Amino acid sequence: MKRAPTHSYPGLNLGRRHAGADKASEVVTFGFWVFLMSDLVYFGLMFAIYITMIDAQAGGPGPHQLFDLTSIFTQTMILLTSSLTVGLAMLALKYNLPRWRIVFWFCMTLVLGICFLVLEMRDFMAMVEKGGIPQRSGFLSAFYGLVPLHGLHVAAGCLWLIVLGIQLRVFGLTDLLMSRMVRLALFWHFLDLIWIGIITIVYFGGLAYG
Amino acid sequence: MTDTGFFGRLSWDSFPIAGLIENPNANEIVANAAAGIVIVGVIAVVGLLTWFRLWAPLWRNWLTSADHKKIGIMYIVFAIVMLARGVLEGVVMRAQQAAGPGDGFLEAEHFAELFSTHGTIMVFFVAVPFVLGIANYLIPLMIGARDVAFPVMNQISLGLTVSAGMMLMVSLVVGHFSTGGWTAYPPYTGAAFNPGVGPDYWIWAIVVSGIGTTLTGINFAVTIYKLRAPGMKFMRLPMYCWTIISSSILIVFAMPPLGVAALMLAADRYLDFHFFTNDLGGNMMNYANLFWLFGHPEVYLLVLPAYGIYSEIFATFSAKRLYGYNSLVIATMCIAVLSFTVWLHHFFTMGQSALINAVFGIATMMIAIPTGVKVYDWMATLYRGRIRFSVPMLYGLAFLMLFVIGGLSGVILANPTVDYQVHNTLFLVAHFHNVLLPGVLFGLLAGYNYWFPKAFGFRLNEYWGRVTVLLWTVGFMLTFLPLYFVGLMGMPRRSFSWEDPSFHPYMIVAAVGALVILLALLSVVAQLWISIRDREKTQVPVGDPWDARTLEWSIPAPPPAYNFAVIPQVTDRDDFAAAKERGDAYPRPEKYEDIVMPRNTAIGFVLCVLSGVWMFALVWWIWWLAALTTVLMLLAFIRWTFRLDTEETIPAEEVRKQHEAWLDLVQDSTPVDRDHEIAPDNRGLAGPDLEAMT
Repeated sequence: MKRAPTHSYPGLNLGRRHAGADKASEVVTFGFWVFLMSDLVYFGLMFAIYITMIDAQAGGPGPHQLFDLTSIFTQTMILLTSSLTVGLAMLALKYNLPRWRIVFWFCMTLVLGICFLVLEMRDFMAMVEKGGIPQRSGFLSAFYGLVPLHGLHVAAGCLWLIVLGIQLRVFGLTDLLMSRMVRLALFWHFLDLIWIGIITIVYFGGLAYG
Repeated sequence: MTDTGFFGRLSWDSFPIAGLIENPNANEIVANAAAGIVIVGVIAVVGLLTWFRLWAPLWRNWLTSADHKKIGIMYIVFAIVMLARGVLEGVVMRAQQAAGPGDGFLEAEHFAELFSTHGTIMVFFVAVPFVLGIANYLIPLMIGARDVAFPVMNQISLGLTVSAGMMLMVSLVVGHFSTGGWTAYPPYTGAAFNPGVGPDYWIWAIVVSGIGTTLTGINFAVTIYKLRAPGMKFMRLPMYCWTIISSSILIVFAMPPLGVAALMLAADRYLDFHFFTNDLGGNMMNYANLFWLFGHPEVYLLVLPAYGIYSEIFATFSAKRLYGYNSLVIATMCIAVLSFTVWLHHFFTMGQSALINAVFGIATMMIAIPTGVKVYDWMATLYRGRIRFSVPMLYGLAFLMLFVIGGLSGVILANPTVDYQVHNTLFLVAHFHNVLLPGVLFGLLAGYNYWFPKAFGFRLNEYWGRVTVLLWTVGFMLTFLPLYFVGLMGMPRRSFSWEDPSFHPYMIVAAVGALVILLALLSVVAQLWISIRDREKTQVPVGDPWDARTLEWSIPAPPPAYNFAVIPQVTDRDDFAAAKERGDAYPRPEKYEDIVMPRNTAIGFVLCVLSGVWMFALVWWIWWLAALTTVLMLLAFIRWTFRLDTEETIPAEEVRKQHEAWLDLVQDSTPVDRDHEIAPDNRGLAGPDLEAMT
């Protein structure tokens, strides 16, 4: 027996309660998945470049001198929590919980995103103080080509959150905005996924092989 | 990159006219003539638009339109303009080499600029926009949709591609383009060896047009996956749509490596990074790998849609169902996958082990298998067909014969031991022109001739079309077949100067061939001119001049903005052909519905202009302007997301009126058989053909 499909796109669906937004999301969310695939190739290549350049330190500072795992651990926890909060926002949206709960969880996500960026900037500044600038070696070029690229994505996500917040005030919770929130959540989870790659390959991999 | 003023590093010496005044010689005259053509061309276009008061219609009907058909046409116009420049550069290069032995009339730097722009333009600004333009026009029509999935993103893609192409035009007038070839290998293109603006022009043109192309790939993929008419299952898609799916997949996965490579090169040049430099741990092999990780899928991204065009044309002009549809689909998808496994054959001689070379050599040869399947399928489609030697078919036949030669020379090059002998010679140049001209360009021109009546409502002139085919074919053979021989004799590619007198006869023949290609280009223009002049005699308002098989022919020519008055219900592959056999190809719908279409928007044009200024500012280190345009682009985009009235409704009554009028026209038209296909009485209604076999 063939069951009717309950999902019109991969990931969290808005479902029956928001039939209009759900329908509006079908094509555009699929398109966003395709975009994420393309973006993933960008990151994949940067990871590959980093791996080939771990040894290209040219006598400059390497992972052991530069990486601060305590700070990385804090950043990881912050980013993982932000994925949780964006997920809670989506659940609040899906199950028609009071509007303030949706807003609250999105605000939490934004705050955590900004905290992450601040900590990351602090890390970079500490690295620069120890001579870890991208102009120093191929290894550092690859590091600064990859990790700030992720940071740039987080910053873009934060900007997106702010714009969505303004639009929520201006337009109210329309189908269009709900559909945009679905995509924002996907994007945010994608950032998390990349970060898992970064701690594994850039930081742990760097310390193990650099 | 620090001590720059208000105009960055832009100064009087940046303009080629300065060189002419200081040092008048043939080289400077050629450079200034090129710059002059650009300036005169711009003035002429602006003047004509003003004279005929066309600015408002241009803005309203074209520049702000989100209609996939108009965007497609704009892509093609852009591609043909760039084609003119690319061909002229080719002619100048052939003239330079024919002027030998010795140094010819150009300086080495200028010659290097010529082959760099020629390659960059022909790949990124002729082949890509031409392919995307035709696909833009056709995909929604073929799958029974009203537009692409993301009409506004489509407009933005066009804007980015055009602004990037304009950078190449600007580089003729201000400063110099790169001398590093279309591949722009570092460290030669790095800041240490090339501190000028040339490589920067290349980088930003590639990055911006790459973003545009990626967005288009996403758009097409989603359109074909999600917007097919009811009943249009995957195995009922026209073959052309299959080739566009695989091209879209190639775009989505293969454009990122190019973007990454170009941006890393930019980081090296602008911020003193060490990705590809010779010192401090840089590794230029990473660039070679990244570039060709894009570069090889790119050639399939271009040629697969051409295969799709040929598939449609062979079926239509043989009046037969396409032979071996399933095998063609499988072959197409095989090529798409295999194209990601062969990139290393572009640099067999750059230090890999013999084993790795062997693996990639074998993978390369394997691509010949699905391609061979296709060639046999096409020939089997022709076999015992009711063949008409119309212009698209003539292109197709020239393709079948010439492309096989080009493909086989590729198999020769795929053998690393042979490649060691002929790499970097004109043999390679002959090979890739042999696949790109008969493969891609002939396919695109065939498609242009085939679908032109659909887009504009009248047929192109048949006689001048045949002259054009002849000139392209002869011109191609004269220009590029001699290069195989001279390549085997050891003449390196990209050499502005040569000494061995035995090369001379081949160089002369190739130069004559280049002139024939120039004539071919002129006859494309002549054909268009004459066709427009005589358009009253070739009207095909009913919309099916070739007795064709797929959905796009079942609607008026030119199609209404909403494409289909009623979305068709598909029951078969070649649904329209089947309907014609049943005799109900033009049913009267019982009811009409309101149609929602995307409203015009200026965002694509705004981003086109801003990204153009942004690139120029980056090339010339005008930092304040680069920062300003970055912010403006961001604001323009965010502002656009606040727009809610993005759609407009066409009332059902209006649709009914238009559609009924057309249906009445269909009823009143006299059907023609295939013997009168190119006669004036072909109004686009195909009649039964006694000789046709199914």
